[in-house]
Amino acid sequence: SEAEVKHFEFASIEFHRVETPFIIGLWIFCASLAKIGFHMAPKLSEIFPESCLLIVVGVVIGVILVHVTDSVHMSPLTPDTFFFYMLPPIILDAGYFMPNRLFFDHLGTILLFAVVGTIFNTLTIGASLWAVTTTGLFGEEEKFIPALDMFLFAALISAVDPVAVLAVFEEIHVNEILYIVVFGESLLNDAVTVVLYHMFESYSEMGSDKIVYMDVVAGCGNFFVVAIGGTVIGVIWGFATGFVTRFTHEVRVIEPIFIFVMAYLAYLCAEIFHMSGILAITFCGITMKNYVEANISHKSHTTIKYTMKMLSSSSETIIFMFLGVATVNKLHTWNTWFVVLTIIFCSAYRAIGVIVLTAIANRFRLHQLSKVEKFVMSYGGLRGAVAFALVRLINPKVVKYQSMFMTTTIAVVYFTVFFQGITIKPLVKILNVKTAEKRKPTMNERIHEKLMDHLMAGVEDILGHHGNYHVRDRFKRFDNKYIRPYLLRNYQGAEPKILETYSKLAMRDAMEFMRRNASTI
Amino acid sequence: MGNRSSLMLREEEIAQIQQETGFTPNQIERLYSRFTSLDRGDCGTLSRDDFLRIPELAINPLGERIVNSFFQDDMYNDRVNFRQFMNVLAHFRPVKKNKDNRLNSREAKLKFAFKMYDLDNDDLISRDELLAILHMMVGANISEEQLTSIAERTILEADEDGDQMISFEEFCKALQRTDVEQKMSIRFLN
Repeated sequence: SEAEVKHFEFASIEFHRVETPFIIGLWIFCASLAKIGFHMAPKLSEIFPESCLLIVVGVVIGVILVHVTDSVHMSPLTPDTFFFYMLPPIILDAGYFMPNRLFFDHLGTILLFAVVGTIFNTLTIGASLWAVTTTGLFGEEEKFIPALDMFLFAALISAVDPVAVLAVFEEIHVNEILYIVVFGESLLNDAVTVVLYHMFESYSEMGSDKIVYMDVVAGCGNFFVVAIGGTVIGVIWGFATGFVTRFTHEVRVIEPIFIFVMAYLAYLCAEIFHMSGILAITFCGITMKNYVEANISHKSHTTIKYTMKMLSSSSETIIFMFLGVATVNKLHTWNTWFVVLTIIFCSAYRAIGVIVLTAIANRFRLHQLSKVEKFVMSYGGLRGAVAFALVRLINPKVVKYQSMFMTTTIAVVYFTVFFQGITIKPLVKILNVKTAEKRKPTMNERIHEKLMDHLMAGVEDILGHHGNYHVRDRFKRFDNKYIRPYLLRNYQGAEPKILETYSKLAMRDAMEFMRRNASTI
Repeated sequence: MGNRSSLMLREEEIAQIQQETGFTPNQIERLYSRFTSLDRGDCGTLSRDDFLRIPELAINPLGERIVNSFFQDDMYNDRVNFRQFMNVLAHFRPVKKNKDNRLNSREAKLKFAFKMYDLDNDDLISRDELLAILHMMVGANISEEQLTSIAERTILEADEDGDQMISFEEFCKALQRTDVEQKMSIRFLN
């Protein structure tokens, strides 16, 4: 028989081998192109926040895809890709560049909002929606949605989303206190969201009649495990990163990789144990920064800074575009009353929560949160991709109304990103909210502010009043005595910030001198 | 202890201090009980040693300067009575809008910080005065040259009239972007 002889071809096509990376590359390329496009149309980006425009592009691409491929295209935004690849860069960027001082000064308020506020929102939204359900407003069949399913939905819809908050607030530059309170809340509420979500998920799997008293107690205990566990894992990895960079001075090129890989490992470590990965990577970034920056070279630092900014902004871009693409699918179940009431309850309880909690917080705060600030805080409660990824994780076999929940989540995300996102900029202007000024400290500011810190710590000690300054002072002494000497290669005594400011300013002067006197060199 | 202190503080004294400093009677009583617990000798006044017996204050790099600032009105007196104590603390009260802020105005707060540097009371911060503070804060691990250049750079940055010193006006100007009202205030408990 004549065997078919395969001749050598001078060209061939083999798409399936490169399919996955190629499509990923194409997505990133499209998203980046879209981003360039908006910046070339300044009028457009003045009115719309970038996140809105990206969602619109996503929807357009989704529609085209559905028409061309005619499949029930569920888009590449699966919960796993979201939680493992897109979320970590954004959160690491946020944690690493977190203004630590500001964050810890307002930690009490932030925690109050993140923990109590989120629990309050979940319970009230869940209870209200369920109460309306029983009246039959959502339809006869929907009358029998189990209360637990409703609370599961409330748990995922009530968490303020760090990605959306960052995307919108970065553009409007509100004053730093307002920014840190809203943004800090969105980062730290992850622990509460994770716990409530898993709790209600397993409750509805068990069925409401089988829940015993112990399950509720375990749920509450679980919260502390998830929150503290996540934080501790992050802090440990943060110290470890500082320690490793102590020895990298011979191989400068791998410095950035340690920062990224170790932070990512912190995130994954926390996820292994079902702890809060967001808290872990946030605190890893916060912790490592102090030690890493003193150890690594100036160039590595620049690399880290720009790589981190690039990764986080492209992840953000892709998330919003994918959110748009994911909207276009055939699994929707639209329920007008359910959507409308969810949006109303989300906004109303957010406002009530903010009013009650700021009243409590103001009793303990030096800077009183004003009416305008309260308004921006409740208005800044944006929902985003975390809610969407969580709703996608719900098993439709267990929760019958998953598709209705998904459609509603998308509607809420659209409402907050479009309506609130577009109106917040003019509102901030109308209400005359104090806006932020970016600045680098001068030598005088650095030194005199340090003096004030010591002075205030001293005054607190005289008063026997264990406030912020006292705690900070304690920590700094501990840090300088027991941590810095072991994590830093060139330990240079206390107040590294004064030296840092000095060397930065000296560097700037030198550059300026070079620029002016280029001919003399 | 709260009981004993409120017994020892007379109504008219409270009223007078309240008028002078703006503290509420509750805050005054609370601070009085702190005052008496610092007063080891039970003589109604505090010495420098009474302050420095507070462990954290003793290791505060600026501890001694802070203590000295309580004795400022009268350099020769080495004891502080409760009224003087309250007058100093009043600088750290939060600034309230639409209220008379005499001791706790922005300017008073800045003046207090300025006095921490200005040892010789000539209303100017010299290079040596700045260097002394830097020594206390930054610590010993840094070369003298480096500290000197930091001090010189700092003066150069703030100095406007070219006298190589920082006057109070220049000091205020250098800190005009700083939220001094916040940074130098404490929420006194009621």
